[in-house]
Amino acid sequence: MEPVKLKVSYAPFVRSKDSIESVMYNVALALLPATAMSVYYFGIPALLVTITAIAASVGFEWLTDKIRKKPDSCLDGSAFVTGLLLALNVPSGLPLWMVVVGAFVAIVVTKHLFGGLGYNIFNPALVARVFLLISFPVAMTSWTVPFSVDMQTAASPLGILKTDGMAALSSFSYMDALLGKTGGSLGETSVLALLIGAAWLFYKRYITVSIPLSFIGSTLVFTGIFYLIDPTTYASPLFHFLTGGLVLGAFFMATDMVTSPLSLRGQLLFGIGCGLLTAVIRLWGGYPEGVSFAILIMNSLVPLLDKWDLDEIKAKKQQSLTTA
Amino acid sequence: MKTFSIGGIHPPESKLTASKAVEKMPVPSEIVVSMSQHLGKPAKPLVKVGDEVKKGQRIGEADGFISAHIHASTSGKVKSVKSVPHPGGNYSLSVTITTDGEDTWAEGLNTAPIDWKGLSKESIIEKIKDAGIVGMGGAGFPSSVKLSPPPDKTIDTIILNGAECEPFLTADHRVMVESAVEVIKGLEIITSLFAGKAKPYIGIEANKPDAIEAMSKAAKGTGIEIVTLETKYPQGAEKQLINAITGRTIEEGQLPFDKGCLVHNIGTAVAIYDAVCCNRPLVERVLTVSGMEITSARNIRAVIGTRFSDIAAFCGDMTEKTNQVITGGPMMGRSQFTLEVPITKTTSGILFINNAGLENSRERTCIRCGKCIDACPQSLEPWLLGNEAQFRRFDEAEIYGLANCTECGSCTFVCPSKRELVHWIKYAKALVNNRKQRKTA
Repeated sequence: MEPVKLKVSYAPFVRSKDSIESVMYNVALALLPATAMSVYYFGIPALLVTITAIAASVGFEWLTDKIRKKPDSCLDGSAFVTGLLLALNVPSGLPLWMVVVGAFVAIVVTKHLFGGLGYNIFNPALVARVFLLISFPVAMTSWTVPFSVDMQTAASPLGILKTDGMAALSSFSYMDALLGKTGGSLGETSVLALLIGAAWLFYKRYITVSIPLSFIGSTLVFTGIFYLIDPTTYASPLFHFLTGGLVLGAFFMATDMVTSPLSLRGQLLFGIGCGLLTAVIRLWGGYPEGVSFAILIMNSLVPLLDKWDLDEIKAKKQQSLTTA
Repeated sequence: MKTFSIGGIHPPESKLTASKAVEKMPVPSEIVVSMSQHLGKPAKPLVKVGDEVKKGQRIGEADGFISAHIHASTSGKVKSVKSVPHPGGNYSLSVTITTDGEDTWAEGLNTAPIDWKGLSKESIIEKIKDAGIVGMGGAGFPSSVKLSPPPDKTIDTIILNGAECEPFLTADHRVMVESAVEVIKGLEIITSLFAGKAKPYIGIEANKPDAIEAMSKAAKGTGIEIVTLETKYPQGAEKQLINAITGRTIEEGQLPFDKGCLVHNIGTAVAIYDAVCCNRPLVERVLTVSGMEITSARNIRAVIGTRFSDIAAFCGDMTEKTNQVITGGPMMGRSQFTLEVPITKTTSGILFINNAGLENSRERTCIRCGKCIDACPQSLEPWLLGNEAQFRRFDEAEIYGLANCTECGSCTFVCPSKRELVHWIKYAKALVNNRKQRKTA
């Protein structure tokens, strides 16, 4: 007599509550303060860009799943986060159809053409940003002035530094940069809001400190060296920390699990590489901002960094086999 | 407080029965004694249908070196000798006994306790072998074999495993609280086999303060050291326990005695005491009956061969929401397809659970979060081993340390993509072993 049907499955029979959804939506939650700040500074256009980016990303995810005949993954949160990050990486005045093009590049080209979640080599939101920046350079660098009624635009602090040099930065306020009251992409502005979100992810253990610290640390050290050599030509490390996409990139884009290395050594090298490339592009490159390019270049090295670890395991094994 | 150095996880402890005293379960009207209750070859049955058997009578003869004797766990009449479902998930040759309710011992067994100190090393090991004692923590390795390591190996550390790191299980915990003296005597007998050259330890997780207290009290003046261990899974895995207590690491392909260590389970120590001092073969054991779906979770002492269905009835039956019955703990146990299976020498617990995860347990792609690497106590790359197994690249899997996996399941516990990593690893191991056996055959 058996009152119930017993089911057989694999051990372990208890599993942690973590899931792809919990990881992704916690990242989205961590980005909420920065998103809220951008809407506060840039108004309804920022909100529209955010909603469009998320809706388009989730929509493209749904569509590609249908075309690829894959189980529905549009609600697993990864497309949501990609959309949100894309929004935080563009100016608030960007025409909405360009946002949709960006979402297409992120989800369809960068993610699904490479195999979908877990298989993409490059960070989807960053590829989309760089694609938009190269395709629509004017629209992508027309930063709305915070609280402006008539969508008045101005250059970002890094842009001013690049075109007009240190002298033009006399009115730059560190406090404004910390709070985000400067021109820039939605999420590049308020460092404080980003740090609050990052603190949440550390608390939930969804990101480790290795990548952000080595990334920001190496940027600061590198820019600091040149600041010490010639403070009249080069901006201070604090300036580099507070402006542009460094904090957003270091805590939320470089830490993307899929496109960062697995081992601690790999993560540190990855972070240092990101930091050096960012500083090099900012100091001498053609673009005022280098975080996106730096992360994408380092993304391409991740398979190599991982292979290094695995090759060491292999070598150790072969050594033990020959000695045994 | 000591712990192993690499990886580990903190699953919910769920020790529902930690404060419940062991209750003796009455012998049911029919028991099923399997011939496969140990690692190695099944025992050869010595009885046939219709035979009268007494409690403790040998009904299965060890077949070969790595094997163990099997005894009737109560008195009665042999009803059948045939293959029936086994909690290992397959079928095994078993002796079904219709019990007579008398529970009478066979001649010369269950005698008044004697002092073991007058016995020779050989006769102690002989008694342990005769009693059919195997590791009662789960693996079921014959104890007499484990206690006779090759002469070139020097044992300097003997560890009694009271970690009981599996969630839900409290059998060892209760035995330590209630039978502290027998546990200590069992450990003293084991230690005596190594002529005082080995240092005895008992490792207990910090979530069992009453067991630590009871054991410390009983161990006073014996030279046995009670080690408090951090509550972390898999603290009670042999390799992790050795690492926690001695700092030594068992490398791939090594056995504990290669590093001078010997690990025994708490229940095994009591069984050794029973066998050596009281001439009692291993015919009953303490186990935990728990889980959210059993009406009355408790620790019970049941005769080996008691069917799960009888145990469920003794514990007030399971609820209608039950969808899985597990032998052992929830991390390394096995789910059962029928309640007709009997408990064996290695059944440390039975869990009745409602596994909600079953309904939406689709494996998803790895998102490279690295949690499995952090959780693995053996410093492996579980995500990679899982991939290699899934794509049947077994040679690659072996290179990346397949054989070093202890199957603790930590990687699978933490995986946010719900990949069945440890299952894939077990699958690869089984196929690799098959291939090797075919090569040697």
